[in-house]
Amino acid sequence: MLNLRFKDIELKTTPLINAHRALGAQLAPFSGWLMPIQYKGIIAEHNWTRSSCSLFDICHMGEFIIYGQADKSNLEKIITVNLTRMLSNSCRYGFMLNENGGIIDDILIYKIKEEQWMLVVNAANIDADEAHLRARLSGDCKLENASGRLGKLDLQGPLSGDILKEIVGEDISRLGYYRFGYFSLLGEKNIISRTGYTGELGYELYLSNENVEELWGVLLKDARVRPAGLGARDTLRLEMGLPLYGQDINRDTTPEQAGLKRFVDFNKDFIGKDALIKKRKEDAKRKLSYFIADSCRAPRQGYKIYSAGKEVGVVTSGSFSPSLSRGIGMGYIESAYNNSGTQITIKQGSVEIEATIVDKPFYKQGSVRGEK
Amino acid sequence: MNIPDNLLYTKEHEWVKVEGNLARLGITDYAQSSLGDIVFVECPDIGEPCRQFKQFATVESVKAASDICAPLSGKIIKVNQELNHKPEFINQSPYEKGWFVVIEIEDEKEKNNLLTASAYSEYIKKLSE
Repeated sequence: MLNLRFKDIELKTTPLINAHRALGAQLAPFSGWLMPIQYKGIIAEHNWTRSSCSLFDICHMGEFIIYGQADKSNLEKIITVNLTRMLSNSCRYGFMLNENGGIIDDILIYKIKEEQWMLVVNAANIDADEAHLRARLSGDCKLENASGRLGKLDLQGPLSGDILKEIVGEDISRLGYYRFGYFSLLGEKNIISRTGYTGELGYELYLSNENVEELWGVLLKDARVRPAGLGARDTLRLEMGLPLYGQDINRDTTPEQAGLKRFVDFNKDFIGKDALIKKRKEDAKRKLSYFIADSCRAPRQGYKIYSAGKEVGVVTSGSFSPSLSRGIGMGYIESAYNNSGTQITIKQGSVEIEATIVDKPFYKQGSVRGEK
Repeated sequence: MNIPDNLLYTKEHEWVKVEGNLARLGITDYAQSSLGDIVFVECPDIGEPCRQFKQFATVESVKAASDICAPLSGKIIKVNQELNHKPEFINQSPYEKGWFVVIEIEDEKEKNNLLTASAYSEYIKKLSE
């Protein structure tokens, strides 16, 4: 039925591995890490995040600290969004592209001060990103790969602000969307940003690995907070139509195809720009689209998409949506067929799922920009 | 992990309850807990055949779609229609409310290819080691 066995010998673990085991988590490999997929159940954890507050172990993700000015360091050329115009204490979502305009990684960029940046990157890409950065940053700027010393916990849900306020103080309530600050946590000053991957009000907390387990315990003492695994993280981000690197975007897809052009600043120079301009017509032929099934049956990665009997695309992500009680998915579809309201059939073997193309997000009641 | 004594099992985590020349089929407690929240079940229609160790049904959990194989060959004579609306019965009650189908057994001797409760329990123990 399912081969659930795996050798965890070569897998990396976060400082919370024992805490996860004590909570009875189902652990599985993810990007080379042994991570909790669920504790009580994906649907329960998903719904708890939408209505209360969940705590996620995201220590596997990578952090780079870069010391240097955006332009002089060449960072401005490596990242697709405009960094020079960023305010200190703000974050931006953007891409690192290769010369062909393909996505090397999608990244959250933190401007700490004029000459200091933090890049938060996908766990699977840490080594490739570091090599790309080191090869292209100018010689006089310093790059620290802080992934080994920094942990990250995500606190997400409509109650996350109230809960965090009791631990770090009133100031957290004044933190705007995609802003961050330094807050006192267990004797160290840490970055907390009002960001996340769930569509709910939420915060990402960065701290030394040695303090992660203690903070995890402190946060879980509040009865409004429950642990959630990567399973719920996936259904939550899918309901928001947020792409996952390695599935919905990769080195062979461009921001244009993924419908994420707003995170690319064509008024500046950046690696991959020429290719993106040259390929614009080609890229426009196939677009990432979003669809909702007529039933509970979920489109899954690799299933083929048909419209009026013709194969027109492929699914890159899909799942049962706990909020909508239907299958939802995203995938690349020929642009001529990629119109909201278009009926499609998704097939794999004997499976046939009727679905309709819709606009993202699937779930529109998220608290991400304010209280529910 | 609940493994009732009166059932026979497969290494693919299906169970069968033999009642005379009829058999009731389902998936084990271990299977439902590994799969997580089940949201959809597809069973064959009444009258269709099933073959031992070949796929006869599909379940979808939030995580993945999985093939379910028949522990014995036979003909489907009853389908648990309740699972259409309440697939969570498989999680809540894998051996009672969560049964999939009842079949008419084709070949009694196929039972020799199945695991007893104690053998299955040993097998599960090894899997989790």
